[in-house]
Amino acid sequence: MTGSIKDRVAIIGMGCTQFGELWDKSRVDLIVEAAQEAYEDAGVEQKDIQAAWFGNYYDTTGLTGQGLAGPLRLQYIPVTRVENACATSSDALRNASYAVAAGIYDLVLVLGAEKIKDQGLSGLAVRNLDMNGLIFSMTMPGMFSMLATKYFDRYNISPEDGKHMLAHVSWKSHHNGTMSPKAHFRREVSIEQIINAPIIAWPLGLFDCCGVSDGSAAAIIVPADQAKKYRDDPVYIKAMQLSVAPADGSTTVKYDYTHVESTYRAGIAAYAEAGVKNPREEISMAEVHDCFSITEAVTMEDLQFSERGKVKEDIESGFFDLDGGLPVQPDGGLKCFGHPIGASGLRMIYEMYKQLQGKADQRQIKDPKLGLTHNLGGQPPHCTMFCGIFGKELG
Amino acid sequence: MATGITSYGAYIPLHRMSREIFYKSWGGAKMAGERSVCNFDEDSMTMAMESAIDCLNGIDHKGIDGLFFATTTAPYKEKLCASLLATALDMRRDIRTLDITGTLRAGTSAVATAIDTVNAGPATSMLVTCSEQRMAAPAGDFEMALGDGAAALLIGDKNVIATIEGSYHISDEFSGIWRSDQDEFIRAWEDRMIYDKGYSLILPEAIKGLMKKYDASAGDFAKVVYNTTLEARRHGQVAKSLKFEPEQVQDPLFTTVGNTGSAQSLMILVAALEDAKPGDKILWASYGNGADAFILKVTEEIKKLGERRGIKRHLESKRMLENYDRYLRWRKLVTLERARRSEQTPISVAGLHRDVAVALALYGVKCKACGTPQFSQGGSYGYFTPLRVCVDCQAVDQMEPYKFSDKSAKIFTYTEDSLADSNDPPTTVNVVDFDGGGRGVFDMTDRGGKDLSVGMEVEMTFRKLFTDRGIHNYFWKTRPLRC
Repeated sequence: MTGSIKDRVAIIGMGCTQFGELWDKSRVDLIVEAAQEAYEDAGVEQKDIQAAWFGNYYDTTGLTGQGLAGPLRLQYIPVTRVENACATSSDALRNASYAVAAGIYDLVLVLGAEKIKDQGLSGLAVRNLDMNGLIFSMTMPGMFSMLATKYFDRYNISPEDGKHMLAHVSWKSHHNGTMSPKAHFRREVSIEQIINAPIIAWPLGLFDCCGVSDGSAAAIIVPADQAKKYRDDPVYIKAMQLSVAPADGSTTVKYDYTHVESTYRAGIAAYAEAGVKNPREEISMAEVHDCFSITEAVTMEDLQFSERGKVKEDIESGFFDLDGGLPVQPDGGLKCFGHPIGASGLRMIYEMYKQLQGKADQRQIKDPKLGLTHNLGGQPPHCTMFCGIFGKELG
Repeated sequence: MATGITSYGAYIPLHRMSREIFYKSWGGAKMAGERSVCNFDEDSMTMAMESAIDCLNGIDHKGIDGLFFATTTAPYKEKLCASLLATALDMRRDIRTLDITGTLRAGTSAVATAIDTVNAGPATSMLVTCSEQRMAAPAGDFEMALGDGAAALLIGDKNVIATIEGSYHISDEFSGIWRSDQDEFIRAWEDRMIYDKGYSLILPEAIKGLMKKYDASAGDFAKVVYNTTLEARRHGQVAKSLKFEPEQVQDPLFTTVGNTGSAQSLMILVAALEDAKPGDKILWASYGNGADAFILKVTEEIKKLGERRGIKRHLESKRMLENYDRYLRWRKLVTLERARRSEQTPISVAGLHRDVAVALALYGVKCKACGTPQFSQGGSYGYFTPLRVCVDCQAVDQMEPYKFSDKSAKIFTYTEDSLADSNDPPTTVNVVDFDGGGRGVFDMTDRGGKDLSVGMEVEMTFRKLFTDRGIHNYFWKTRPLRC
């Protein structure tokens, strides 16, 4: 790779709506609210936006760019829709950033939105591609539970110990979520409640699974050298990497089902781009794709925060708790925000942005330097993976 | 050498129900014993496949010149089922395929036709599969009396284990039991008349005709094998009236499996052959709008036939259904509340046609460059077919066909998914590594209450996934080793 995005693009404003079962709001409401907060935060007006990138998974196929231009009445500027599974809005930001870094635009809107709860379904609607009906009867919890089954087997973790490890992941996120006004779920849940909750797909119980929500988030980006024109505390993009698996894990016996290869690879590439040598020491905090408790657990190993097979110790020692050595999901994560697919990636970045600016209120982490986001699309054997690193200083 | 049976196989679903359960649910008459019940993903086709696989164990599928599918419960009225089975069995293309249907002696008539085909010369080996999943309306005697099952017989003139010494056939237009093109369930006329003018009259007529034609007497036969009515009593009366001793009469499986329609005579013949000795003569007959009757003579070749699951092992391998609800659910006799999940993906006839070897015979590929077998599966929502780029070495277009349906496999990881939309939740899905290489993700069926574990051995089984716009979507699942 010859180029690097490090310190070339800055985020000068962000917006994030309330996430939840927003029965009285449409996709348009969410888009307008996220954009308005971002404009206000950046101190810019919509008429100054030169181009926009839009992340949306379910609703706007066939409309693509118009799915954003219409609700906001963007005035004849270029709008590109990006869809890349659950990493949709992270990838929208990645593409928009390259256009800014290339010097084509110097004020760009990136917005992700998803209105899922109008579908009337339990869980996520899975879009089935090119399979001629040879489906097997499995949902997202089922797919990710396979990670846990194999992880427990490989590392000789008893079902009880495994449930306890996973419960700590969800307990921690629920605790953090109580301090996030925009989260969908904002209540403490005890370890016992988590362990004893109804099983969705063993060992994953109700509280091991993230919710399904509506929501939207937005960012305004500019060339890094113009950022201080807009505000004193911009956030700089240090790395943005995407690793798309060749859909190999359920075909080759080489895949071990105890990690996610594209997370590992996206992490390595992001650390190289940002110049991070020791992730466990240098990364101050992270928002990772905790669609399920087991996903977060193996992600800690894939991102090299924990050694292979050892995450249980770090989880249970509180290393990833808000007051731990490397707080993960300070806002409560997907666990508390739910997962409006096209909005989640920017929601994670929103939290890193606020934390880096010292504006995270009760959940503020002390003087963070680098924040990491990890946004997973797909299922363990074949994922689309985004890994981004953000910082408050240049250099 | 005379034409005859060269191999046999059978299939009985894993699940059985005590007839007591029907009585407890509805009252009415009691009936002794138990019956077999298809799982929700089984039908006459899937059972025919099972019996055919059993029958062809150790036999080259490509050497068979035709397949007859006999049943009264074909999943299609217009569309050949035998061709689907032949494709799933990976048989040749230049073969004869035909569905033989409409009568409860479809199985024996298919065997007679197969014998004639071999004798006439155009084929040296014909596979007859006979399978039934008959539907009886709830709260009647029939749902207790019926059973589900299948048998397969390979007919040929080499390595014959039982020669066909002769046959006798009667056609009789008496419709005591019928199911019209409008009917979901079988119907019957008043029971005394249907037996007096049908089974109890015509079956003995055929057997007597056969014995007269070949100058045989009751004492000549080691076993006499013939189907039952929808109750047990009339079966014994026929033997008695023909002066057969009780020990000569092959157990018709009525109290263990039930009346399996046209498959019953074939299934109990398989049971008879399992215990037969060279030199034994068997009188084999079947009633249904007339009757077919045969004299079989067992040869020394029967000792060479490899092991089969047949009737005995399938009969022993069972799981009892403890309630009537599941029977109603599996047979789709009640309308269930729909799960609030995504709509089922529509079937594409074009896509299935293109991938017919993948879907029906579970073909994958093997990379000639690196030797890796691979199944054409990209994950839970992507089947990449054809698989042109090797998953391991990325060589392009170096693939040769590789069949997975006959490979055993071990569980690598698995899930039990309570959220998935299913006729029988929770679903079990497993990632399996095939012995010999290759990995796939499949639904598991017939788990039978067994605890799963990583490393557990499984086998592939042909099942029906769902039906879309009248297209029955068959594919393969795993199951714990059956027996």
